[in-house]
Amino acid sequence: MSADVKLESVWIRFGDFIAARDVNLHIKGGEFFTILGPSGCGKTTLLRAVSGFLTPSEGSVLIGGENMAGIGPNRRPTALIFQNLALFPLMTIWENITFSLEVKGVRKAQRKKRADELLELIALPGQGEKMVSELSGGQKQRVAIARALCAQPEVLLLDEPLSALDLKLRQHMRTELRSIQQRVGITFIYITHDQGEALTMSDHVAVMREGIIEQVSDGTTIYDEPDTAFVASFVGENNRFAGKVTNVTDSFAQVSTPEGLIRARCSKSPESKVKTGDDVYVFVRPESLRFVSGRLVDNQMKASVYHEEFEGNMWQVFLDISSTRKRVKMSYVNDGSIRSHSGEKDLPVGFSSEAAIVLPQGPLAAE
Amino acid sequence: MSFSNYWRAFFQKNGATLALFLIIAVGTWLFMMIILPQLFMLDFSIRANVPPPKFGTEEHYYTLEHYKYMIFGSALSTDSFNIIDVTVFFRTIGAAIFVTLIDVALCYPIAYYLAHSATGGWSRLMVLSLIVPFWINEILRAFAFKIIFGSTGVINNFLVSIGILDQPYDFIRNDIALWAGLSYAFILLMIFPIYNAIESLDKNQIEAARDLGAPWWKIHWRVVVPHAKPGISSGCTMVFMLTAGALAAPQILGGPSSLWFTQIIYQGFNQAGNWARGSAYAIILLVSCIVLVLVMMKIAKVKFGEMMK
Ligand SMILES: Nc1ncnc2c1ncn2[C@@H]1O[C@H](COP(=O)(O)OP(=O)(O)O)[C@@H](O)[C@H]1O
Ligand SMILES: [Mg+2]
Repeated sequence: MSADVKLESVWIRFGDFIAARDVNLHIKGGEFFTILGPSGCGKTTLLRAVSGFLTPSEGSVLIGGENMAGIGPNRRPTALIFQNLALFPLMTIWENITFSLEVKGVRKAQRKKRADELLELIALPGQGEKMVSELSGGQKQRVAIARALCAQPEVLLLDEPLSALDLKLRQHMRTELRSIQQRVGITFIYITHDQGEALTMSDHVAVMREGIIEQVSDGTTIYDEPDTAFVASFVGENNRFAGKVTNVTDSFAQVSTPEGLIRARCSKSPESKVKTGDDVYVFVRPESLRFVSGRLVDNQMKASVYHEEFEGNMWQVFLDISSTRKRVKMSYVNDGSIRSHSGEKDLPVGFSSEAAIVLPQGPLAAE
Repeated sequence: MSFSNYWRAFFQKNGATLALFLIIAVGTWLFMMIILPQLFMLDFSIRANVPPPKFGTEEHYYTLEHYKYMIFGSALSTDSFNIIDVTVFFRTIGAAIFVTLIDVALCYPIAYYLAHSATGGWSRLMVLSLIVPFWINEILRAFAFKIIFGSTGVINNFLVSIGILDQPYDFIRNDIALWAGLSYAFILLMIFPIYNAIESLDKNQIEAARDLGAPWWKIHWRVVVPHAKPGISSGCTMVFMLTAGALAAPQILGGPSSLWFTQIIYQGFNQAGNWARGSAYAIILLVSCIVLVLVMMKIAKVKFGEMMK
């Protein structure tokens, strides 16, 4: 069973500090929903409001259509996986996993049986009698998931559960989590500051900045069609040109920048419409930037290579724009046809106007 | 790590001067203040009772008569056991256990509150109000208890004035004042070890248990208490030992009919002039308390190492 979760005009204040401002979210039943944002932006706080450890200063939390006001965490159909897992170190693995059943007074034999089933699910069969300290990081991770699932929640809340793991394990656990979610079919609300995790696992991603939800969409839209300068600068890498709009047609704008006139497409979001005279940013992904050879593209400038990294499948090229010394990054796939450009000066580089997006100036992600 | 390696590491870590000082200071303390006096006490307890000029002479022979006396009483008596002393002994141990239990019940909630709920100024104020009363010395505190529990003390006056009692209740004769005084006497030694233990518990574990549906008592029983067990044991050990060995509070607050085992020991040394018997009784109390504590630790599955944390 899975339930949908609705946050309606949620504000959370700690004294004068505002940790969540007018948050409105609708998370559909059975989906993998991720809240992505830099550390300190209020993700954990929001999750605690859903799990019931914290009451919003204003607004309401609805789970499965039911208002959760006044309902404690032990009576909500949610289970929370803590950032530090919070397994019980003085209990065995199987006792940890079936703690929610022990609370309900289920008999020991039955609990053990259930623990065995869940240990099977998380690929740790026969390890029930071990203590928590005897497991590796990844195994503890899976025990925490099993413990939460054992409570048969309709919504599973995960607070950066992979952040303590090393890179390889983290990538493996991404796939694992996604497949567990699809098997059990319940709603997952996952929070992370890692955009890679957000984009690979989620049906929908909400990008959060200082208590504000900046954009909610599927991963590709977040990456390709950012609504705000913050989203564009936080998710993935982006080259940024600051300038003033000189001319707007229905879906394209002409922007005057120190690097010259740039033509780029406008955002589809009504809040991010620009008009002539507005101060704006133009964002161009490194993979949209190209060396221009003969072919004409809308936006061209001269640049020199000051550093180059070869990653096997990819080239990362770091450039100085000749006119302003502004630094930009270019990446392209190594298809075998390209040689190194190391140290070359005043090469023509460019990008198409479809690959660049104009957004109103606003707060940016920390570099 | 072998013994000699351990010493080498100890010297390297602290430097020769500090290491030497630590060894001499701790060694002297251990030997002069603890081991030596207890050895003399033990020696006294297994020799005949003679005045000091005869120490070391033929008449100062080895004997177990004082231990036998504790159990069987005087050879002249008609009773087969030393009923008075044995009764007082068991009553003292029982009372010390009871006081320890009262203290756990009282201190665990306070320690939990201090460690996990109280914030900033409020918790400092609470700690201060726990500590400050202990600046007043033990005797004075015991007399203060005697006054407030007296037949015309504030407690009786209050209870009579609001009509709960028709006439003053004799808290002293019924040992209520004694229980209260003893429970209060060592309360800090119970609160702080438990507080330390609970404070080191990750708050997320409490929340995790709550999130999994546990009611508050289940959270305590399964998560907080097991974590705090070493602290609880070390608090219990100290309170039990000190209560069983308390002298001032029973002397001042004890009813006319109640005798504490330490008072018998005191009588042996001071009034009866029988240091040998006093020593034997003191050794009996010490050994019994240690054995009891070790047995309880075994039952509660607590290890010494954990208690030192
Ligand atoms: N109980 C609290 N009292 C005061 N400030 C808090 C409290 N909890 C969180 N905060 C503040 O709220 C902000 C968001 O915290 P958090 O939700 O933990 O961020 P995130 O999980 O995104 O890293 C932080 O600046 C933090 O200091
Ligand atoms: Mg957090």
